[in-house]
Amino acid sequence: MRTVIRGAGLSVRVYPRALLVSVLLLLAALAVALVNLTTGDFPVPVADVLRSLAGRGDAGTDFIVYELRLPRVLVTLLVGAALGASGAVFQSLTRNPLGSPDFIGLTTGAAAGALIVMLIAGGGGVQVGAGAIVGCVVTAVAVYLLAFRRGVQPFRLVLMGIGVSALLEALNSYLIYRARLNEAIAAQVWLIGSVNGRGWTEVVIVAVTVVLLLPTVIYFGRNLKLLALGDEMAVLQGVPVERSRAILALAAVGLSAGATAAAGPIAFVALAAPPLAARLSRSPDAGILPAAMMGAALLSAGDWAAQNALPGNDIPVGVITAALGGVYLTWLLFRERGARR
Amino acid sequence: MTDPRLRAQDLTLAYDKRVVAEKLDVGIADGSFTVIVGPNACGKSTLLKALARVLKPQAGAVWLDGQAIASYPSKQVAKQLGMLPQSPIVPGGIVVEELVARGRFAHQRLLRQWSPEDEDAVTEAMRLTEVSDLADRFVDELSGGQRQRVWLAMALAQQTPILLLDEPTTFLDLSHQFEVLDLCAELHEQGRTIVAVLHDLNHACRYATELIVMKAGEVVAQGPPAEVMTAQRVEDVFAMPCRVIDDPETGTPMVVPADRHRRRGVRTPEAARA
Repeated sequence: MRTVIRGAGLSVRVYPRALLVSVLLLLAALAVALVNLTTGDFPVPVADVLRSLAGRGDAGTDFIVYELRLPRVLVTLLVGAALGASGAVFQSLTRNPLGSPDFIGLTTGAAAGALIVMLIAGGGGVQVGAGAIVGCVVTAVAVYLLAFRRGVQPFRLVLMGIGVSALLEALNSYLIYRARLNEAIAAQVWLIGSVNGRGWTEVVIVAVTVVLLLPTVIYFGRNLKLLALGDEMAVLQGVPVERSRAILALAAVGLSAGATAAAGPIAFVALAAPPLAARLSRSPDAGILPAAMMGAALLSAGDWAAQNALPGNDIPVGVITAALGGVYLTWLLFRERGARR
Repeated sequence: MTDPRLRAQDLTLAYDKRVVAEKLDVGIADGSFTVIVGPNACGKSTLLKALARVLKPQAGAVWLDGQAIASYPSKQVAKQLGMLPQSPIVPGGIVVEELVARGRFAHQRLLRQWSPEDEDAVTEAMRLTEVSDLADRFVDELSGGQRQRVWLAMALAQQTPILLLDEPTTFLDLSHQFEVLDLCAELHEQGRTIVAVLHDLNHACRYATELIVMKAGEVVAQGPPAEVMTAQRVEDVFAMPCRVIDDPETGTPMVVPADRHRRRGVRTPEAARA
C-alpha cells in the first residue's frame, strides 16, 4: 500500500497506487486530447497531428492544430485539472461529498460576475473572464464571513453556500430576463459551460492559475489530511488550523475561478472527480493529484463526447458533464440510502 | 521553587457565554502522573482542552516552559504536548496504520516526510497499545474499545514529553482499562508527564502521583491521593457519603460508597452537613 523513498536528505512516503492511478489518468487524458486534435470538421490523421506538434507540419495542418484545436484541448485539460483539485480541497475541508464549488455558491458567484460584465457593462472576452474571477472570489469571501462564528464550522459553510447560491441564482435569472434577446442567448450559452472556440487567451488564464495554485494545494495536502480529522485533532498535531484552511480555501477558490473564467461554469466535474479518483486509488481522501488528473480525463472525454454525440453538432461540454453528473449524483444518493439501511 | 513546565494562570474558560471556570490557577508537577477528578460538568475536560490549547481561554493564559502556549508555532507545541481527546471524528475509509502515522505530522518536513524515526515511533505506538494486528483494518469498522486504543496509539506516536488524556478508559472493558492505565504508568516511569481525566476514583487513587479535585469550575484540592482523598471530601464534592479504606492490593485510598439506605435524604453536601 505504501512505499518509502529515501536518499540524499529526502525521505518521502508515497502511495504507489495513487501515483499509478495519477499517471494512468494523465495518459488517458492525453490520449483523449490527441484524439480530439484529430477530429473536427477537417479530420487530420494522428501522424499529421504529431508531426505538426513536433514543429514539422505543413501550414494547413499547423493552422488547424495550433489555432483551432490545441487551445481548446489545453483549456479542457487544464480546466478539468483545476476543477478536480478544487473539488478535492473543498470536499475535504467541508467533510462533505456535496461540498464542491458547484454547490457552495462559487460557480454561481463566478457566473454572476461574468453576467454583470456581459449584460450590464457590455464587455466580452477577457473582461468576462475577469468578471468571473472577481465574482467567484467575492462570493467565496461572503460565504466565509457569513459562516464565520469563532472559526468556520464545515457544515455551516455548506449550508451558507447553498443559501448564497440560491440568491445569486435569482440574480442571474433576473440579469438574463432584463437583457436583449441576442445578449440573453449568448449569456445563457456561456452559462452552460463550454470549451468551444476557446483561444490562447483562455489557455493563459487557466494555465496561470493551475501552475501557481495546484502546487500550493498539493503542498498543503498534508495539512488537509489532518484537518479532515477535525479542528481539535489538527491543532493537537500542530497544524495551524485557520491559516491552513484559509490558504487552502483561497487557492481552491482561485482554481475554481480560473476554470470558470476560461470555460464558464462547467458542472459536476469538481463534484465527481475526487471521489472517483479516491475509489480508483483506494485511498480515503482523494489525493489532490489523482483528483486533478481525473478531472482532466473526465472533461477531455466529455468534450470528445460533446463533439461526437450528435453528428455534425458541436454541443457544449457542460451539457455532457451535467448529464453524466446527474447520473453520478443519483448513484451517490442511492448508494447512501443503501448504506444507511 | 521553579514553575512547572505546564501551568494555567488566572484562566477564565467558557463556551460562548456559558462560563465554566473563572480565575483558575493550576500547575502540573513535572514528571507527575496527575489525575483530574470531579463530578460531571465541573470543568475537568474543559481545563484539559485549555492546557492542550484546543480551547482558547477568555482570560488568563496557559504557560509552557515560561512562555504563553498561544505564542508558540503550533508545530513546536505539538512536539512537546500531545492529547487524546474525548470523542475524535472517526474518518471514513482510513486504515489504522495510516491514522497512527498521521500522529507524526509535527516531526515531519516537506522533504523529510517519513524518516526511520517516524517508522519506529508508529510501530512502537501500535505495539504498546496492542493494535499492531489491526494495522490494515479500517478505523470506522472497529469496535469502540479498539478505536480508543488506536487514538491512543496516534497520541503515543507523537512522542511528546507531556501527554494529556481525556477519559482514556471509556469504551474499554475492565482488563483493557487496566492495560491502558498500566501503559500510562509505564510511560510515566519512563519520565513523561501524564495528565488524565478519570471518572473512577479508585483508578485515580491507584495510579496518580498527584490528584486534582475539581468542583464547579474550581480546584478544591491538589496533592497526593493519600492526602487528598478523604471521605469528607468525596461527600463534599460528589454529594456521596462513603467510607475511604486502604485498597487491599495497593494500600492507596479506596472509596466505598455508603449503602443506599444510609444515603437516603443526603443528596446535597448542604443537606449532608445539616
